[in-house]
Amino acid sequence: MVKQVPLSKEFLKGLWEQNPIFKQVLGMCPTLAVTVSAINGIAMALATTFVLVTASLLISTIRKLIPNQVRIAAYIVIIATFVTIVDLVMKAKFPELSKALGPFIPLIVVNCIILGRQEAFASKNTPFRALLDALGMGAGFFIALVSLGGIREIIGSRTFLGIQILPDAFEPWLIMILPAGAFLTLGLMLGFANMYTDRKKRIEKESLIEQYKRVSKVEISMAQEGI
Amino acid sequence: MTVTITEAGNTNKLELTTSPHLHNQWTTKKVMWMVVAALAPSLLAAVLFFGIYQLLIITTAVVFAVGTEYAIQTVRKQKLSVVDGSAALTGLLLALTLPPNFSLSSTAIGSIVAIGLGKQIFGGLGYNIFNPALVGRAFLQAAFPVAITTWSTNKFAVDSVTSATPLAAFKFDRITAGLSEMFLGSTGGSLGETSALAILIGGIFLIAVGIVNWRIPFSMIIGMIVFGAIFNFIDPVKYPAPLFHLFAGGFLFAAFFMATDWVTSPVTNKGMWIFGFGISFVLIVIRLFGGLPEGVMYSILFMNAFVPIINRVTIPKIFGSVKGAAA
Repeated sequence: MVKQVPLSKEFLKGLWEQNPIFKQVLGMCPTLAVTVSAINGIAMALATTFVLVTASLLISTIRKLIPNQVRIAAYIVIIATFVTIVDLVMKAKFPELSKALGPFIPLIVVNCIILGRQEAFASKNTPFRALLDALGMGAGFFIALVSLGGIREIIGSRTFLGIQILPDAFEPWLIMILPAGAFLTLGLMLGFANMYTDRKKRIEKESLIEQYKRVSKVEISMAQEGI
Repeated sequence: MTVTITEAGNTNKLELTTSPHLHNQWTTKKVMWMVVAALAPSLLAAVLFFGIYQLLIITTAVVFAVGTEYAIQTVRKQKLSVVDGSAALTGLLLALTLPPNFSLSSTAIGSIVAIGLGKQIFGGLGYNIFNPALVGRAFLQAAFPVAITTWSTNKFAVDSVTSATPLAAFKFDRITAGLSEMFLGSTGGSLGETSALAILIGGIFLIAVGIVNWRIPFSMIIGMIVFGAIFNFIDPVKYPAPLFHLFAGGFLFAAFFMATDWVTSPVTNKGMWIFGFGISFVLIVIRLFGGLPEGVMYSILFMNAFVPIINRVTIPKIFGSVKGAAA
């Protein structure tokens, strides 16, 4: 199987075009649950990215050794191993963050983004491509989580990364750090992302029609002059 | 709300509207201003009981509601529906559910959320599932839980030491407010909810002119009396009398002005009874067993979610169809 997709594309597609949150709408559980602050978002995204990258690399390396019938079980075992590593390292080195993220670190095992990338990409591509893909998806997840956590933290508790940036006169909207705030913010972000994509598509379509009209006019005039 | 087909290029040739397609003398504009007129007694009561500052809250709410609708429709290049008064009415209803002397900036946020998230995000008037004014109110309740439960003292209050609402006083201190005080409105509470008399004047006017279907308020009141009486019978000390439930909190205001919103209430007669009883039941559960003293807002929003399914199961039998065969 020959791949025509350039290597840069494998990385870049995860940032926006196939962003796991905004486009694929995968891994909603940690996205909604832990993003009460930007730092939580960063920690969650980094932990997930680490598992995603290492699992993708390993699985695409041994992809021909895994029997097709038990592939999901094999993926889960590999993913669970890396999640355990992350969980223990975080408990040892960043006990506070580990406490803030609670059960959502062990739950990375069942994160749809990770299993989805293994099933859809790593099991069919070379390790290098799988690595780029995993890094891209991780970066996309990072962007989404930090922006979501940032917005909720700024409006919900006036701070960003723990530093107060809004004046005391601004009364924090408690709803933003409640679960309802997560749904509202993510819903609005998805809405705006869709609006942007739709607009881009429409402009492309219109410019194509314009181009076609111009070309056909030129052709007609050329044909008339030619005769 | 009309949708104009523009995709195919034939602008304004075909108008699509939601059912029912009955036409009568009521235009949206006329109805909305009638409801505003019916709210006038409650407005007067609010200013009388809580002072002239309340007019500022009401103005802020209306201005921001209309402004948000105008802004969103301009950005989305839709036909402007600001003149029909529906946004102004949402702002007015929202303001009347707020506590006295509420901060103006928070009022503005509530109005923006009510119109933006409560109404326009679903596609505008006629498409919203939840009552927009209550969406705004619920947002404010979640965003500023302290400010929205800080009650200023009523100017005519008999006992000016306590500024709690009758429901809060009962829930936390087991003090029952006098019925006549609650009926006239000299108790603590939101702007429009304290005076049962003012609400009844406006509500009966709306029923008389045929804008509000009597079934919704009536079934809510009957439901409240029945459920209230049952619990009061079980334990009169723990659970207040049914009449107290009726006049306390925002129940009457909600019964006449919130639950009867055309867009978010059932269209069938049987459905309206189910809707009204449902609100009363959820409300009594929240009031007696919930953490908050008042829950009429949540009970209406909760039942709003059931309106489509209520409409579906209560479709009246078509005249002339065979018994049993119709399905």
